Amino acid sequence: MTLPRWIYLPAAVGALFVVVPLVAVVAKVDWPQFWTLIGSESSRTALVLSLKTATASTLLCVVFGVPLALVLARNDGRAVRLMRSLLLLPLVLPPVVGGIALLYAFGRLGLIGQYLDAAGIRIAFTTTAVVLAQTFVSLPFLVIAMEGAARTAGSDYDVVAATLGARPTTVWWRVSLPLLAPGLASGAVLAFARSLGEFGATLTFAGSREGVTRTLPLEIYLQRETDADAAVALSVLLVAVAAVVVFGLGARRLRSGSMT
Amino acid sequence: MTDLHLRAVVERRGVDVEFDVAAGEVLALLGPNGAGKTTALHVIAGLLRPDRGVVRLGERVLTDTDAGVFVATHARRVGLLLQEALLFPHLSVAANVAFAPRSGHGKRPRREARAAAARWLAQVDAADLADRKPRELSGGQAQRVALARALAAEPLVLLLDEPLTGLDVNAATAMRKVLRDTLTRDGRSAVLITHDLVDVLTLADRVAILEAGRVVECGTTAAVLAAPRSHFGARFAGVNLVSGTAGPDGTLTTEWGASWHGTAAADVVAGRPAVAVFRPSAVAVYRDKPHGSPRNTVELVVAELDTSGAAIRVRSDRQPDGAPGLAADITAESVAELGLAPGERVYFSVKAQEISVHPAVTARGEAPT
Repeated sequence: MTLPRWIYLPAAVGALFVVVPLVAVVAKVDWPQFWTLIGSESSRTALVLSLKTATASTLLCVVFGVPLALVLARNDGRAVRLMRSLLLLPLVLPPVVGGIALLYAFGRLGLIGQYLDAAGIRIAFTTTAVVLAQTFVSLPFLVIAMEGAARTAGSDYDVVAATLGARPTTVWWRVSLPLLAPGLASGAVLAFARSLGEFGATLTFAGSREGVTRTLPLEIYLQRETDADAAVALSVLLVAVAAVVVFGLGARRLRSGSMT
Repeated sequence: MTDLHLRAVVERRGVDVEFDVAAGEVLALLGPNGAGKTTALHVIAGLLRPDRGVVRLGERVLTDTDAGVFVATHARRVGLLLQEALLFPHLSVAANVAFAPRSGHGKRPRREARAAAARWLAQVDAADLADRKPRELSGGQAQRVALARALAAEPLVLLLDEPLTGLDVNAATAMRKVLRDTLTRDGRSAVLITHDLVDVLTLADRVAILEAGRVVECGTTAAVLAAPRSHFGARFAGVNLVSGTAGPDGTLTTEWGASWHGTAAADVVAGRPAVAVFRPSAVAVYRDKPHGSPRNTVELVVAELDTSGAAIRVRSDRQPDGAPGLAADITAESVAELGLAPGERVYFSVKAQEISVHPAVTARGEAPT
């Protein structure tokens, strides 16, 4: 089918709107000084912290999100449908609001935090808080990708495996999960990318303590005040990491795996 | 060898069925779409809880709504083969067949499971496919592997939900032969859903016909196919069946020494039980012995005339082996011209190309009547 020719004009505007800022930031980089700019102690600390926390939150997303997605995909009761809408709320929630919500749940005076505090456990403004903030915003991405994959795959293979005498747990490990591997990969990539870029919820719930909670996006925001060139270089670094993730694993999986 | 008893009421789907399958018997479930055939299989397999009902397999009660018994699918030892092969796409053919020995009810070590898989693959003529991935198989090959995978779980009863539908003619013939061999060799009980007369003829001992969620007719294959009493049975079958022993070149000799000449199906073996099949509309009726071309002419006594539909069905007395009498569909004018009435002697004549000869189900459960 041929599209009407005028449709290419708004399409081009949309594409340029995404590409031009990326080009602009890359063009702004002081390339000869690039390694010096991103090589500062604080930048490297922030990058390492970002990678560590994003990895940890992606793991949490996988451990809790995969079972969650399967439960949502295989049940169509009213309670489950309502739960599904609630769980996807962080997708559209402003991250700052998410951070505040986390603070009132896990903060020193929070719903759960007050008991944790009594037990000597403090979460807010620690690295743990960074991981929790990232998990909070990333979980829906993984759940949505996995649920789509699970619905597409259906339960026919699981039924066949059961008639072959396999217990539900065996079916889960040997049939359901391997078949959902592509959906899992794309979901994990999305979750990792989202965690890496997390800013608002982290700042609100975890603060900005160097080496403890100051991840790369926070570092960029701070550097912008004092050293704009460094901020630009670090931004490009973050773009590069995101690009590696999306192109290396994501783009192909995103097309074929989850969203179909 | 295990017998199966099913009684199930599923109100949501308007199904209220009851039937038994004797040990080692193959029951064909026929009926229009939506009659409840698949629902019945799902109840047996434990994929569906009936509102009221009982599923008993040998001594084990698998479902009993009154007693609150519901055994999970994986513990039932009920094999299921569907229209789609549904081989696990991430496993090789060998690993697919080894799935049940590895992960099923009698978990066995890897080496033993592999050996078992190789044996079952050989049984379905698929030993050479062991190292392939499911996506590299044709539809017929995949279905044979799926059968091997189901058999490797050593099910006590095999549920076959249109396993030959969607295969091309050659693949279906090969699959039918494999099914026939395995079902006969192991004497395994099975329930087969099909829309194909040849499947019923070559695989089933008994036939149950479902209409609108009820069993409207149940009996031996020969009886139901030759003299169906239900509407669906009449439309589906209503064919003439003559049992005997296959000879060379599409011939068939009955117990009482009559010879029939037809076209033999590919899987007919000379010297083995076979059945000759032809439509009542292919039969010509004469007062005097006809001369000339038709090779199959038999002298019979008219038992009844039935005016259902446009033609008049002339049915003869029972065959010497007790099977339902042969039927001929002729016009009302011919009936008047011939002066036919019950008790009259006539000749039925059928051209050889109108008769097909198929391998017959040997009397495993009960002798055909």
